[in-house]
Amino acid sequence: MTDLIHSEVFLVSFTFVSYILAQKLYQKVNLIFLNPVLIAILAVILFLRFTGIEYHDYADKSKVISFWLNPSVVALAVPLYLQMKRIKKDWVRILLATLSGSVIGIVSVVIIAQILGASHEIFYSLAPKSVTTPIALSISETIGGLPALTTAVVVVVGVFGAVLGESILKLARIKHPNAVGLAMGMASHALGTAKIATKGDEYGSYSAMGLAINGILTSLLIPKLLLVLEGWF
Amino acid sequence: MNTISNKMKQTLPQIGWLLVFWLLGEIIRYLFHLAIPGSIIGMILLTLSLEFKIIKLHQVKDVSDFLIRNMAFFFIPPGVGLMVNLELIADNWLAITAATLLSTVLVLLVTGWVAQIGRSKTSENENV
Repeated sequence: MTDLIHSEVFLVSFTFVSYILAQKLYQKVNLIFLNPVLIAILAVILFLRFTGIEYHDYADKSKVISFWLNPSVVALAVPLYLQMKRIKKDWVRILLATLSGSVIGIVSVVIIAQILGASHEIFYSLAPKSVTTPIALSISETIGGLPALTTAVVVVVGVFGAVLGESILKLARIKHPNAVGLAMGMASHALGTAKIATKGDEYGSYSAMGLAINGILTSLLIPKLLLVLEGWF
Repeated sequence: MNTISNKMKQTLPQIGWLLVFWLLGEIIRYLFHLAIPGSIIGMILLTLSLEFKIIKLHQVKDVSDFLIRNMAFFFIPPGVGLMVNLELIADNWLAITAATLLSTVLVLLVTGWVAQIGRSKTSENENV
């Protein structure tokens, strides 16, 4: 029985079923904080705690799922290509918006965490929080953060953005599909993109672009910005 | 039956292309010691290849749409990593949650605001 529960096929199936049930629940109840990813994550955590399976064991055996994160990032080329004409006309705005968003994302999270008394290790882990998991992980490792904390924070940021991002933007009267898409991809990476892409290509392509550009900018900017920020504290 | 087997014939090469572009990205990252992840480089290369008609859209479209639609699912295993850090998060919960959520709101607003300001200016000055 223990062998069975520890097996790859059991853990992968459990993850699958948790997500599908969480999606069904979400469609029925339609409460935004019952985000299917969040519910499935909690279900798996409870199950692992209950059965005493170590996270590393689970992470190893569920690689067949997380493996597809990287090909999905490559796949974002399709919405990007489909909006290429618009992007070519729009590149100055895109550059200005993404550059300011990226800098504010890194600087604000470090400053707020510092003020609230977080250790270096923690704010290094938070610094790449806006970009998608494979990217944030490699940045966190490079700058001396805790990769596991980074992963957790990235998922929380993604779920938060996917759930509340549109409402926050609407409150601030940011409504243009391109602006909304770009902001969602910049702030909540692939999870925000997956959510907003369902509204159409003019959202999805800009969101994919936001995700991609923030991935590039964050990996280039973080080392320099952290040096400056450390000088302040 | 026929249509199903035709779909299947297209699916594997599509997955293959995405993997090849990811791999190309990793190779470039390795050769040039770049800090940018291989999948992002792969995405840029695939966008350029589509733009310059080296790859045709139908060679990657169906599988890409499928992966993008279901991307959230692939986040579950890394998200379960939360459980490893529960104590660390509990000890620093205010700093971590406040910094993360506030900063995310700021990124949303600043990006959206700058992107939209540019927008209204351009539509006003379209002919300038």
